[in-house]
Amino acid sequence: MSVNPILCDGFGHCGELAPDLVHMDEWGYPIITTVPVPLSNLAALESARYAVRGCPRQALRIDRVPDPA
Amino acid sequence: MIAPNALPRVLHEASGRPLTLAQHEEAFATSTRSGGLLEELDASGLTGRGGAAFPTARKAKLIRDQRSHNKFMVVNAMEGEPASHKDRTLLTANPHLVLDGAEFLASIIGAKNIAVCVSRDNPAAVNHLKRAIHERERRSLRGPKLELHTPPWRYVAGEESALVHWLDDNESLPQYRPLRPHILRIGHGPVLVDNAETCAHVGLIGRYGADWFRSLGTEANPGSTLVSVSGAVERPTVVEVALGTPLRSILQAAGAVTDPQAVLLGGYGGTWFDGARIDAPYANATLQPLGATIGAGIIVVLPRNACGIVETQRIAKWMANESARQCGPCAFGLPAITEDLWHLTQNSRDNQAAYQRLVERCGVIEGRGACRHPDGVVRLVRTALEVFASDVENHLRGAHCAASRSAQHYASVPSLEREEELVWE
Repeated sequence: MSVNPILCDGFGHCGELAPDLVHMDEWGYPIITTVPVPLSNLAALESARYAVRGCPRQALRIDRVPDPA
Repeated sequence: MIAPNALPRVLHEASGRPLTLAQHEEAFATSTRSGGLLEELDASGLTGRGGAAFPTARKAKLIRDQRSHNKFMVVNAMEGEPASHKDRTLLTANPHLVLDGAEFLASIIGAKNIAVCVSRDNPAAVNHLKRAIHERERRSLRGPKLELHTPPWRYVAGEESALVHWLDDNESLPQYRPLRPHILRIGHGPVLVDNAETCAHVGLIGRYGADWFRSLGTEANPGSTLVSVSGAVERPTVVEVALGTPLRSILQAAGAVTDPQAVLLGGYGGTWFDGARIDAPYANATLQPLGATIGAGIIVVLPRNACGIVETQRIAKWMANESARQCGPCAFGLPAITEDLWHLTQNSRDNQAAYQRLVERCGVIEGRGACRHPDGVVRLVRTALEVFASDVENHLRGAHCAASRSAQHYASVPSLEREEELVWE
């Protein structure tokens, strides 16, 4: 996932909906893991989708990254 | 005609007053080559002089390949960095050379409009440009239309996406550009933005060719460049040097102290560079392995009797105030590290904790803004902690360094009173 930092207003919904992928910094803004998560991890994918949909500013996006393997 | 190995080039015939169009044409040959201009630019290896050093020909080609009838050429003479004086010096010496380069670039990309942008807080430069544009308009009505624009001066107003956004929507706000290459637009029209000095070099390459340009400088970094030297110097100076000249000679030519403690290279978002290493050649290919870049051609000289941490704190405080406040990590993070730096310069018991917080916060802030403003401040702070490590230790032990009590400062920072005057338009 990546966030548009201009649109982001630090609501923190993403941190609640996808706690394994997103942590909040001390000012309430998201730090998103840069490690790619395989599509087979359905729980993570679902949480990411919830986070994208749950963002009040629609600041999040799911990025597809080619498999390094 | 300027001899191949001669300096100055863009500051050729510079005096206290700008050259008129007639004087300009006498000083430089009037022959222009319209065919093969992009190939000459490519062969010259000219890179941008605004700080990013992106190959100028590649940038022009990208915009040339866009299909549009409304392309713009933008000349960026905003000079947002307080320690930079090269663009205003260039505009005072020879605005017509800058405009020549802009016209060459506009013809390469097929733009019918040239927007020359200089800050309205620099009335001298505004006047020089107004007169130069008027002279050209009286001369001929053909060619692209030259327009002068004067955004209000802020640090980020010179960032290229902020400048284009101001032209498009009247606010100097940097844009989020995750996918590169990203084409900036005014309305629907693609835009080519180039620094004023870059345009001046284009003006010369268009006349004298790529081989002439490459006769100075190094293989990897050809040509000459303008350098603004300030800090522990007799007076703030702008010199034109061949790339690859040892940093020590540049400092000497500018009248700086011969044995500096350190120099700040690049700009206020640049890197501190130890005084022991000033024999390094001034060019990106040689500085990058040492962790620095030329940036916007800025050198701030710090003498031995100054405290690098105090200077860094002053710069960081100003840079934090210059944030566009669009992104949380920058808007909140920069003031936070400024405060940590301040604790570091005081004899407070919170020193050690402040240092830990500072290092942690730098890691947290980096890379999380839309533009590179917070990254620049993080780089400034990290290199300061490295280069001034012994001062840091002194401060942590609670020992004041002599300099931290002195009133003299070397990095000129505009007074913060302006924050009430300056309104984001």
